[in-house]
Parts: sequence; C-alpha cells; structure tokens
Amino acid sequence: MFRPLPDSSEGPTVTVFVEGQPVEAYVGETAASVLLRHLGTARTTSISESPRAPFCMMGCCFDCLAEIDGKGSTQSCLEPVRDGMTIARQMSARKVVAR
Amino acid sequence: MIFDTAIIGAGPAGMQAACDLRARELSVIVLDEQPAPGGQIWRGVERNCQPGSELAQRLGAEYRQGAGVARSFRACGADYRPLSRVWQIEETGPDATEQCWQVFVIREGQAEVVEARRVLLAIGAQERPVPFPGWTHPGVMTVGAAQIMLKSGGLLPEGPVWICGAGPLPLLYAHQLRKLGGQIAGFLDTAPRDTVRRGLPHLSGALRDWKSLAKGLAWQAGLRAAGLRRETGVRQLRAEGKDRLERIRWETPEGEKTAPAGVLLIHEGLVPSVHPTLSLQCEHTWSDAQQSLRPVLDAWGETTRRGLFVAGDAAGIDGARAALAKGTLAAVGIARSLDVLSEAKAKQARAAGDRALSKARATRPLLDTLYPAPEGKISDDVIVCRCEELTAGQIRAAAGRGSADPNRVKSETRAGMGPCQGRQCGYTVARLIAEAHDMPRAEVGFHNIRPPLKPVSVGELASLGKAKA
Repeated sequence: MFRPLPDSSEGPTVTVFVEGQPVEAYVGETAASVLLRHLGTARTTSISESPRAPFCMMGCCFDCLAEIDGKGSTQSCLEPVRDGMTIARQMSARKVVAR
Repeated sequence: MIFDTAIIGAGPAGMQAACDLRARELSVIVLDEQPAPGGQIWRGVERNCQPGSELAQRLGAEYRQGAGVARSFRACGADYRPLSRVWQIEETGPDATEQCWQVFVIREGQAEVVEARRVLLAIGAQERPVPFPGWTHPGVMTVGAAQIMLKSGGLLPEGPVWICGAGPLPLLYAHQLRKLGGQIAGFLDTAPRDTVRRGLPHLSGALRDWKSLAKGLAWQAGLRAAGLRRETGVRQLRAEGKDRLERIRWETPEGEKTAPAGVLLIHEGLVPSVHPTLSLQCEHTWSDAQQSLRPVLDAWGETTRRGLFVAGDAAGIDGARAALAKGTLAAVGIARSLDVLSEAKAKQARAAGDRALSKARATRPLLDTLYPAPEGKISDDVIVCRCEELTAGQIRAAAGRGSADPNRVKSETRAGMGPCQGRQCGYTVARLIAEAHDMPRAEVGFHNIRPPLKPVSVGELASLGKAKA
C-alpha cells in the first residue's frame, strides 16, 4: 500500500516486532504506519469482526487501535516507533482476561 | 506550579501564541499529542527540513516556513510537553480566590494534572467524515492521512492510487506526489461542476490574496500537463472488495464507471475540533458556509467560559497563515485578561492582528463556495458510525421514532458512544436527524460530550495523584 521514497532508504531506522517478526521501521513513522505497510490492517472490529486499517492517522478515528508493547486499545497512529517496540493487531472485542 | 497559560496543541496557532506570551514574560506550558512541534500542517517539519532535504523542497515553501516557527517556539522558553494526551479540562470551584484551570494529561502512561490561570485550545481540525459504501474497507483512508505518511515516514501510496474529493488539500497532495515521483491512477473531483458561476461573486475578495489563487491554479495546470486522469462532477462513490479495497465505482453525469483500486484517498474539507469546547459547555454556533460547529468567541479569542481561549482552525477553518494570526490575537487577549497589557496597548496589538487575519482569510469565502460539504443522499446500507457499525438506515429509523435530539438517538442506537466519541459520526447523525424532522441543520445541535476526551486506562487513572506536573 505504501512504499518509501527512493532517498529515505538512507534515513535512520529502528527494529520493531510486528506480531513477532522483526521489521525495519523509519524513524519518524508511527506504529500505525508500520501496520499499514506490513499487514495492511490494524484490527478487526469488536462487533462484526471485519478488518479495519488506520483511516485518519491523526488520532480522531480510532480505527488504528492496536496492541503496542502489550497494551491494548492504543491509538497506534500516536505512537512513534521505538527500537524494540512490539506491535500487534487487536482482534475483535478486548477480553477481560489476558490471553 | 500554576502556569499563566496552558496551551493545548503545538501547531501554528499554539506555537505562535506560546512565543508571544513568553515575549511578555508569562509562564507557558504546551501540551501536544505529537512527538514534535508543527501540528498536522507542519508535521515532521524539523526532521524534514534538514539542509539538503529533497522532501522539504517538494513539500513546498509554505511547509518549509514551519521550520522557522518551530525554531522560535523551541527557543521561547515555554515548558513543551510532547506526546501528551489531554483527557479532561476542569475549572476550579467558584470559591477559589483566583481562577485556575486543571488540565488532566496522560504522558508516558502516567496521569498528571497541569494547573494554569488561562487555557488556550489550539487543537486544529479534522477532515470532514462523509460516509459512502465501503469507506470502512482497509485501503480507504483520508488524503490527510496519506500526507501524514509522507511527512512522518517519507512514504508514498502505491497502486492503483485514486484521490476522490474536493478542496485545496487533495490538489496540493496530488501536486506533491507528482513531484516526488508517485503514481496516481486518477483524480475524482466531487465539487459541483458550475465552478465559475458559483465562484464569481467571491473572486474579487479573493484577489486580495492573488498569490494563493495563483498557486492553486498552478497545481491544477501542473496536474493537467502531467496528463493526470481527472473526472469532474463525481457522485455516488463506492469502495468495493472482499476484505479490503479492490475496486471503486462512481457516477458522473455521463454515466457509471469502475476501476481497480489499491488505495482510495478521500477528502471533503475540514471541520474544527470541538470536542473539548463542547464538553466544557461553551456556546457554539453553526457555520452555514463551512457546515460545521465552532465555538463562539469574542474579539480576543475567549470562549463563553471566562479564561478559556481558542485559536487556529479549532475556531473555524482558515488555514495555517490565519492560525498564526489567531495565535497572536489570543496571546494579546490572554495578556490583557491577566492584566499584563494595558487596554490601549491591547487594542493596538489587536488591530495589527486583525489586519493580518483578514488578509489570510481573503480566499476563504471563495474556497467555501467552490468546495461545499457534499449533500448527496446517504443510502440506508452505508455505515455511519464506524465504531459501533451502525448504518444510515438504523440512524434514520431511530431519528424518526422520537424527538429531534442527538442525545436520544445516541442512547437508543449507541451512535457516538464508541472509542471515537462521535468524531466520525456526529455530524452525519445530526444531518440525518435534521432530514427526518425536516428542520435546519443548525437547530439540531450535537450530542453531549462526556469525559474523558481520550480513552484512559484504569492503570493510568490510578496513577493520578502520584505526580503533579
């Protein structure tokens, strides 16, 4: 869905873990952006369990809610990537008991 | 510590107000959700404007201007707190000797209370949500979202990429993409076709800012010269696909068309961010020209709640240059209300600010007329409330069952109760209520906004009181 500009390959990167897989992320991008590039979605909805992807990228649609460093319902578009960050999609409604 | 002013938002208006208040030696704290100053318009401006940056060149001179403002802001001595989410704003009780506001913030998983004598909301705008079939599919996002991907990660959409909507932003973004070597399959223009007839009455006023008009025309000419496919009079857009966007369908007066699509970027203008002022029960007014609410402000940018000010696009959509002027005006108003600026000096400063604002607003009536909010019928099967997955049909049925009250429809259907708290569905629900009851949109209002303004975890709530900023 998105590709880096030709000259941004020279920019600094960090390693984040998208559902367990190590991937390179560009310094400056957010966890939502990494989810879009690698999985194309951020979550499935709590009602119909249909897939959703980040929509507004600026904190007002809440379609990018994901698990960041183990914390659910995090607005991933407001989380700049950090080295070692873990990112996972949030599937359907949140459970009271941790899986 | 009690700050003289807490500013929420570090875009053009917030940064300018911070610089101006600091120049008058007032203590200022700036709380912002983003990791770096600039807001959305100048997002990533410090990183992208390093010497020799090709991206900064391609993003344009108005973007690069933000680097200077961010530099002044960094140097102004305000206590700047990035990555801070404001979730509640309260005024201390009436028995307090001096007015004080408490701003509740989450930062690094920790809740804090910031105390200030005045609060300035410089929280900008969001893109106007306009529901259509398939707008929840992965692959559909806003033009603003794609531009944020560009500014904060250097990322270009790939294909086939369609832009659909109207307004300056889609044109600017298409222009930027073209300069950066991005591919666009086509531009679907949803503005009504009778541009010249509608625009003409506002043209002479807009010519006061002929440079901006010339720039807009140059973008369009550049896109034409590049052979970009452009369709006008576009209606009835649909995004189709199984689990994600696969193709789009649209109508023009010439008939229905379809095309394969990988990314669909939509934009139908901006609306002010009003959740905090609504939650504080400030008075609001309906703008017919911009089809949105805005807080009622006096000449100094103060809301109907004493000590609470609003500046920038949150006060009405006027763009970045106007936001700088509004930031300056709000700073004058705040300094005056804190008695550090005499009435005469304040009036003098205001006159200069008003002139700058008037010039920066010159093209606005023309833009509002050329790019009106879409009025097309929303079919019953379209999802309106993205969070609770409620369709227009469900909202219509609820709207017709009782009073024309957005709160009643909210409690009956849950529209506006999901995580976004109506930021995506609020205006559409109100519009459907207005239609069902055949009343003017301005009279319907908006559902009540309750705390918290942003989701807060129980753990974060529990951390409140352990630390005070």
